[in-house]
Amino acid sequence: MPVTSSLRHKNVNILVPYLQNNLHVVRVPFALLVAPEFGAAVQERGDDARLLGVYRRRRDKRDRGSEGRGGVAEVSSGDGHGSGFAGCAPTAVNSRARKGLHSLLQTAKAALVCPRHQAFRGTLKYSTASADRKRFYEDVSISQGEGGLYEVNLDRRKLKTPSGKLFTVPNEALAIAVATEWDAQKDTIKFYTMHLTTLCNTALDNPTQRNKDQMISAALKFLETDTICYRVDEPPGLVELQKNEWDPVLQWIENRYNVTIGSSSSILGPEIPEGTKDRFRQHLSSYTLWSLTGLEFVITQLKSLVLSLGMIDRHLSVEQAVLLSRLEEEYQIRRWGNVEWAHDYDMYELRARTAAGALFVHLSSESSTVKHKLMQD
Amino acid sequence: MASLSSPLRVCREILKELRAIQGPSYKQSLAYNYVLDQFRKNKVTGERYCRAQQEARHASLTYLCLLVSTRNHLALHNLYHGKGERSPEEVAGLVGLRLPTQPGGKGWEK
Repeated sequence: MPVTSSLRHKNVNILVPYLQNNLHVVRVPFALLVAPEFGAAVQERGDDARLLGVYRRRRDKRDRGSEGRGGVAEVSSGDGHGSGFAGCAPTAVNSRARKGLHSLLQTAKAALVCPRHQAFRGTLKYSTASADRKRFYEDVSISQGEGGLYEVNLDRRKLKTPSGKLFTVPNEALAIAVATEWDAQKDTIKFYTMHLTTLCNTALDNPTQRNKDQMISAALKFLETDTICYRVDEPPGLVELQKNEWDPVLQWIENRYNVTIGSSSSILGPEIPEGTKDRFRQHLSSYTLWSLTGLEFVITQLKSLVLSLGMIDRHLSVEQAVLLSRLEEEYQIRRWGNVEWAHDYDMYELRARTAAGALFVHLSSESSTVKHKLMQD
Repeated sequence: MASLSSPLRVCREILKELRAIQGPSYKQSLAYNYVLDQFRKNKVTGERYCRAQQEARHASLTYLCLLVSTRNHLALHNLYHGKGERSPEEVAGLVGLRLPTQPGGKGWEK
């Protein structure tokens, strides 16, 4: 059915149910670039000027009839990582538009769908949310830039954060680890396996604009609902297990920081005295912003401030901390059996994230020097 | 991996992981050289409980955990969750139907 003839001669209302049906098709016409206030998706044909003219006349009818801007592309976020990239919501590359107009159309779509989205070239690396982002580089190397900060180079090009800033890390070990992560990608780039890169990006961009005090208060708020402090009353096996495994950690942290944190089995949780919070606040303010980003990440993963501090202070290893955090699940697994695609999957993901967070905190807060002592016989 | 407490075993495990990541040329990679360097540096120490050594040991265990768990996570993901959706043709084929073909193409397609 030739569309142009219907536009010219017949009532344009014919197009209205057409538009309603085509809500899933994202074809952004050339007219859209010229007059971006027309948000509905239409078929691309020649004679766009005439289309434009027709729309101007019939705009009120169309707005009432069709679902208006519903036809534009869905917005999906790039990696479901949850590290707080609140600003940039990349648009799904769903359109079948012509290649030459592709980037322009993306910009137009972005401007329509997410008006806050700063669609500029630098973010293209992260913002194309189609899962098959191919590996476009051969080697990964690091170099030292100005100020002693290390950068990662993919094949001559410098790595950038999602908001376009240059990716710099303060020490070499972290840079090498990030480079290894990028090097480990084969064929397609899977951002959800690159935990250290994501953490560095969050620390560099700070997309939610948080300062140290906010992070510290958020961490302390977690103490009130700490996993270790929440006990159950039954089944008795689990009660025993919690007492045997979690009490030593509580003892340790109470001794180390000279604080009191009780454990309770009521629904309100333990009462944390102010002195405890002040001690922790004082301790946490000695960390840099980068380390706090990493620490917050670990706390969110393990759901426990106590366990995170135990791991950061090297009292627990990563595997132990993850085991203690998942104690109830481990109990149920031992009772009812293990489901590989859920339990093991979750455990490995938790371990990977926690290990990345711990490594990030350690590498951001240390600076190592080697002092050679001469052996004198 | 019975008990990984000896640094030699940790070092070997890390290098095995790096080889799994990078293939046969892993010996020229940055991480390989850095890891070996670090292990050599921290091997000899004068004190009985050397804090730097303990820290390095913890860091090496952490890094090993990171490499192992990302690899396992990715493997499990590909095994169980990697297939994606079936295409409409396959879905129709599941119940023995075929999709209708429209010779002129659907109205809005080219």
